[in-house]
Amino acid sequence: MWIYVFRRTLLLIPIFFIISLVVFSLIHLVPGDPIDSLLGPGSTAADKVALTKVYGLDKSLPVQYGVWLKKFITGDMGQSIIEKQPVSDMILYNMPFTVRLGLASIFISFVLGIFLGIISAAARNTFIDYISMLIALLGVTVPAFWLGLILMLVFSVMLGWFPVSGSGSLETLVLPAITVGLGGAGLIARITRVSMLEMFNKEFVLLLYAKGLSKPVIIIKHIFRNALMPVITIFGLRLGWILGGAVTIEIVFSRPGIGNMLLSALYRRDYPVVQASLIFLTMAVIIGAFLADIMYSYADPRVRDVYK
Amino acid sequence: MTFLKVSDLKVEFQVDKKTITPIENISFEMNEGEILGMVGETGSGKSLTAHAIMGLSSLVGGKIGGSVQFGEQDLTKLSENEMQSVRGSQIAFIPQNPMTSLDPVYKVGDQIVEGLYKHTKISKRNAKQQVIELMGKLRIPKPDRVFQQYPHQLSGGLKQRIVIAMGLCNNPRLLIADEPTTALDVTVQAQIMTLFKELAEERGIGLFLITHDLGVIAQVCDKVVVMYAGNMVEFGDIKTVFNTPSHPYTKALLGCIPHIGMGKGTLSAIDGNVPSVGTYPSGCRYHPRCPSAFEPCKKSMPELIRKKGETQVACHLFQEIKD
Amino acid sequence: MIENKKTEHKPPWLVILKRFSSNKMGMIGTFLILCLILVAIFAPLLEPYSYKEQNIDLISSPPSSSHLLGTDDFGRDLLSRTIRGARISFVVGVLSVAISVIIGIVIGCIAGFYGGVVDLVLTTIADLTWSMPAILIALLFVAIIGAGLESVVIAIGLSYWAQYARLVRGQILSLKNAVFIEATRSMGASDFVILFKHLLPNSISPVIVAATIGIGNAIVLEATLGFLGMGAQPPTPSWGAMMSNGTAYLFIAPWMIIFPGLAMMITVLGFNLFGDALIDIMDVKNKESS
Repeated sequence: MWIYVFRRTLLLIPIFFIISLVVFSLIHLVPGDPIDSLLGPGSTAADKVALTKVYGLDKSLPVQYGVWLKKFITGDMGQSIIEKQPVSDMILYNMPFTVRLGLASIFISFVLGIFLGIISAAARNTFIDYISMLIALLGVTVPAFWLGLILMLVFSVMLGWFPVSGSGSLETLVLPAITVGLGGAGLIARITRVSMLEMFNKEFVLLLYAKGLSKPVIIIKHIFRNALMPVITIFGLRLGWILGGAVTIEIVFSRPGIGNMLLSALYRRDYPVVQASLIFLTMAVIIGAFLADIMYSYADPRVRDVYK
Repeated sequence: MTFLKVSDLKVEFQVDKKTITPIENISFEMNEGEILGMVGETGSGKSLTAHAIMGLSSLVGGKIGGSVQFGEQDLTKLSENEMQSVRGSQIAFIPQNPMTSLDPVYKVGDQIVEGLYKHTKISKRNAKQQVIELMGKLRIPKPDRVFQQYPHQLSGGLKQRIVIAMGLCNNPRLLIADEPTTALDVTVQAQIMTLFKELAEERGIGLFLITHDLGVIAQVCDKVVVMYAGNMVEFGDIKTVFNTPSHPYTKALLGCIPHIGMGKGTLSAIDGNVPSVGTYPSGCRYHPRCPSAFEPCKKSMPELIRKKGETQVACHLFQEIKD
Repeated sequence: MIENKKTEHKPPWLVILKRFSSNKMGMIGTFLILCLILVAIFAPLLEPYSYKEQNIDLISSPPSSSHLLGTDDFGRDLLSRTIRGARISFVVGVLSVAISVIIGIVIGCIAGFYGGVVDLVLTTIADLTWSMPAILIALLFVAIIGAGLESVVIAIGLSYWAQYARLVRGQILSLKNAVFIEATRSMGASDFVILFKHLLPNSISPVIVAATIGIGNAIVLEATLGFLGMGAQPPTPSWGAMMSNGTAYLFIAPWMIIFPGLAMMITVLGFNLFGDALIDIMDVKNKESS
């Protein structure tokens, strides 16, 4: 199995290159010149030319890409045009917040989603089923930011249980994580339910009953364990979708993070920052999918053997 | 004391507001250490009968009627909890297809231990040891190695032995085997059948063997139940039924078997098709295909009538004996 | 012969319709969608006030008898604006999904039909696109094209095509080698004809199902883009823009955010229930035919 892991890890490298190229190209399609926002009033054309040269924006695009790529790999992500700090510093500062939010959201998605999925499959077509699925739908039918605002309204303003914004403590993490988590929970609940229902019809279930095992044991130990596999797969693939919610939620709750950083940089055409943030976010998604892949091969004994 | 006595067993399903009765009027009995065969074409209700005896019909939405007397208890009257302690310990079930009957994500050894653990107070280590011993007795090669393997790593024959081990680990009194050899090739078939015979003789286990293979029945069984379209048509000891079949269907069935020395000619088959569930004809379910059908056959379902000796047959032709 | 009783010959769509009508959730979904369509079409007739009409005296007033959902920061009636918003959401939803579906079908067909390197490249692109958060993709495109409702429609269309491409590709791959295709080919039909006349129509149904749910997702994405300032410009009452506007007043006049959100929830719920019901029915059909 470790050979499998190693080979998949190797694959990440070309993917990284492709993504960096795509991101780079797309960024430079965005109209608007960041230099303009840096020039004070009364600047001359010569000033503009000079400043453009300083930032290396006068060279041709392929050259710019080469230069940028070389620096990126060695850890130099350039200088933010707007903030005038090294981009790597900005990323290092913002990343932990996003990581925390991401992990907390994923945790909530999984726990809540699997719980709702199992009980609705076990109590199919009953009240419990409908309620669980309705909660699950909640995550999908409303924009994450609206959910966040409503939760903020109820739990911060009206009830005062949690702070409205900020970061650094567990309390500030709760509402944002639940907001993003509900979206993911919805997806996971639905897939879990479908997967479980499919498993109920599998032939090995009959033998389990014939052995005299009780229903809860059968459901949790056997059916769920088998149903888990598609859940892991889809989850890994949709990780990006879940994290996308995190991007807007950082804005809603005024949390620092890569999402917040990305958006302000996008507004202000701060190329280096946008580039770096996009690449990080994209790689996070890809790595997430990759990890899910590994988890899947661990969970399914049949897959492990293929790579021996 | 009766070992197993099934009386008027039937199973009902509600489909689209209609009640369907795929099996009914099933009555037979068997003694300890006997091998009872249930034979019939696909769709004749054999598996349904097995599930009903185990109380598993409700899993697919069926309602059980009649009674299943096992030793001192009527299984149909037991609660689900009580049935759970019977299943896997006193009555063991060997399902049809070993390929798909094992949980793919757990090691096979662990799956056997699971059954043992549920019904017996025993330590994990002892359980594992007992299971490995049992696997050895079932002639599974290198049992300690096989214990650690997953179902997909084993051949069909091995899987079948694992499933049998699962059934035997708690020393059941009755073993129900649903087409245990259909999915296996002939040589393995023979081995498994020999195994079953040994189990019945040495351990005094009653074996209820379901199959559509008349040859297997003839080889191994003491008694036989013949099924057609969810009904029992004949029941008796093997020699009587096979040498002097009473029911027209049994006769036709036995007549279909080609044998050496029969000379050239067309193979005989039974005209018509088995009716599918829900489209059963009125009265006797076999009457449209029966060469001896007469008036009462269309009107009413024949009762089970006991002929001289132990044979029972459900056919209007034998009504006079009763009367 | 005992069986072989005559089975009545029902046209397939009638069978589907019959099954669908017995699916409660699906019927609720259909009902909601129909409401949306009606509201969208008859908006000008339904709204009590003009959605543009400002009333300085009544800025940010709570729900009352004259303004059932309250007013926004310009004194505009929220009920009217919400009703008008239905139109925008519906149009945005349908158009962007149409774009996605068309792109998806084209790419899926090419990938599935021609296979080989073309397939590999297209599938990798599709997979990467599909794993990316749609919001990021849409944001990028809006940043390139510029803000506004049209841009949003295009951007959303460009973000969601991947799943349709996969569906179509999958169907084509499985049907490509079917016997009837061989037969058609041996009659001299060209690739184009085979693709469009035979393979495509048989691949359409999962796409339709995904598209209904996709309309819901598109509407939600439009709201998020609007929230981030990328969408419709004032005074256009897209639900997303309304909610974005109302954020500043969350604590004073929460109805500005609550009602458009509820309207969206009901709408998207409708599409999801409808789509889910279709999935259930397709499933039954598949199980029956196998």
